[in-house]
Amino acid sequence: MNERNERIYGVACTFRKPADVFHAAEKVRDAGWTRWDVHTPFPIHGMDQAMGLPRSKVPRLTLLGGVTGFITGCLLTWYMNSFDYPLIVGGKPFWSPIFPFPVMYECTILFAAFGTFFGQFILNRLPHHHHPLFELPNFARVSDDTFMVVLEANDPKFHVDESRNFLQALGGQEITVIRD
Amino acid sequence: MAHAHDSSSERPAILDKVRPAELPRPKLILNDRGFHWITDKVCGIVEEPTPLWWKVLFGVALFIASFTGLGLFYLVSTGTGTWGLRSPVGWGWAIVNFVFWVGIGHAGTLISAILCLLRQKWRTSINRAAEAMTIFAVMCAGIFPLFHVGRVWFGWWLFPLPNQNGIWPQFRSPLEWDVFAVSTYFTVSTLFWYMGMVPDLGAIRDRAKTWWRKAFYSVLALGWRGGNRQWSNFEMAYLLLAGLSTPLVLSVHTIVSFDFAVSNVPGWHTTIFPPYFVAGAIFSGFAMVLTLMLPLRAIYRLHDVINQYHIDNMCKIILATGTMVGYAYATEFFIAAYSGNAYEKFAFINRAFGQYAWAYWIMVSCNVITPQLFWFKKVRENHSLVWIICLFVNVGMWFERFVITCTSLANDYLPSSWGYYSPTIVDIFTFFGTFGFFSVLFLLFVRFLPLLPIAEVKMVAPQADPHAH
Repeated sequence: MNERNERIYGVACTFRKPADVFHAAEKVRDAGWTRWDVHTPFPIHGMDQAMGLPRSKVPRLTLLGGVTGFITGCLLTWYMNSFDYPLIVGGKPFWSPIFPFPVMYECTILFAAFGTFFGQFILNRLPHHHHPLFELPNFARVSDDTFMVVLEANDPKFHVDESRNFLQALGGQEITVIRD
Repeated sequence: MAHAHDSSSERPAILDKVRPAELPRPKLILNDRGFHWITDKVCGIVEEPTPLWWKVLFGVALFIASFTGLGLFYLVSTGTGTWGLRSPVGWGWAIVNFVFWVGIGHAGTLISAILCLLRQKWRTSINRAAEAMTIFAVMCAGIFPLFHVGRVWFGWWLFPLPNQNGIWPQFRSPLEWDVFAVSTYFTVSTLFWYMGMVPDLGAIRDRAKTWWRKAFYSVLALGWRGGNRQWSNFEMAYLLLAGLSTPLVLSVHTIVSFDFAVSNVPGWHTTIFPPYFVAGAIFSGFAMVLTLMLPLRAIYRLHDVINQYHIDNMCKIILATGTMVGYAYATEFFIAAYSGNAYEKFAFINRAFGQYAWAYWIMVSCNVITPQLFWFKKVRENHSLVWIICLFVNVGMWFERFVITCTSLANDYLPSSWGYYSPTIVDIFTFFGTFGFFSVLFLLFVRFLPLLPIAEVKMVAPQADPHAH
């Protein structure tokens, strides 16, 4: 990061319509930017491709959670009813994968849901209450009806004036420099 | 990757040649409302000064909820003998109310998960409130088995913890499966509900004027910024939670039905129970969604986002599931007759014509006959009538559980041990109060959290499509 960009987080510019921000995103992607984002009040269909984002990694954490849950369910029922305190019920085997299946099934779903829920927040780096974007006066409108492209200063292509001109060329409306 | 997608080349050339007719799709949002209108409408509910009707209803709800408190206090301080439970009916209102409330919850998950997987866009307007209903209904349901254990201070024996003699719960009991199913259901529904709400809490936070409001919603919104990198993970997680909730919700009422089906009592020991219980749960749950949403729609003037199309769809689901439930009642009789089992035959003849015939015929008229009125468009468009029919469905589904639980237990194998179950005033107080408890929670939700999913409603608006011109 060079001297001049030290106190700058990035440059933001607003758009009024989903189609405008969608096409702007395609152009930013094609220009080869890596550290940037599109802030929208709702997920825009196809925006992941327009930004060139890879597939989300949440499913891996879901799978991890699900496998952990299934093993936990197996171990839980085996340890309690067969190992630590074997319970004789109707002269049947102490443990089999059949009778506690509902327990294993529910544990699988529970842990998979934990993996998904916490995985999503971990991958999204949330909670994150202090962010330079929150200092931006027009950022509050992004959760309402405004769309915003933010080019971050730590992208190698970033240069304040050039980035500003680039956003202007994309048809952006209000262009603001975000201080860190 | 970067050049793989070009929005303009997506439309196949053949479409320009054949020019297919545009299928008219029912509008989900009437009067071409914009994004800002949606934000204003939903956030406005939270931001306006507390309305008088809310204060009055909240007071009434608290008063009614105190009946549950009173009933439970008397029960715990005196003993379970104060409930109407005695041999041969050891599972009276407690189980009836438990199954009733858990069933109510199922429609919320159906709307949020199954309709999401089926890409039913109309779900968005009612999704949030239905999920809230699920969570509060499961809380009401949980009260009954917890206090039914008798000595409630030993309630922790239900959980996988060793008791003072080092004995663990045993997992061959369907009641233990129930503990896992219902607690998983509650947890996953809450996670799903909260996660879906985070962006909307962010929207309320961004509009907050006062310090405390800003602080409250900032904490809840976790610093959500609505960047597409966040949305990408969010949408994936949402889809996965929907995919996880679908087998979950089907398993929950299946396991609830196992409580009955795994036993050897005539009228309970049938394989039809799981699908029949799930259909009944969705049936009663949708009736409850309409019971709650129709007044809210009128009070908050949400007619543009919850329109006749939404109400029609819900009525049709009630009609379909009500007919399935009716079909299941008929199948039960057929199987009993066909089984050649004298006890099974008796159990069903006794249901329809025995000492609980009054309850049976209330059930049939409310569950099978009243929803048939939804075949008529005129009925579906008359919202007062829809609301009344939904009340009938709720009553009917409560009686269904009562009929299943009590008729089979009161008249089982040995006539010498037959009896007649009636609830005591403590039973009645405890159950009546849960409606207050539910209303207290629901009113708090309406007042402090986004009633409609703001982002999701915007997403189904026609102007949200980036390819629209």
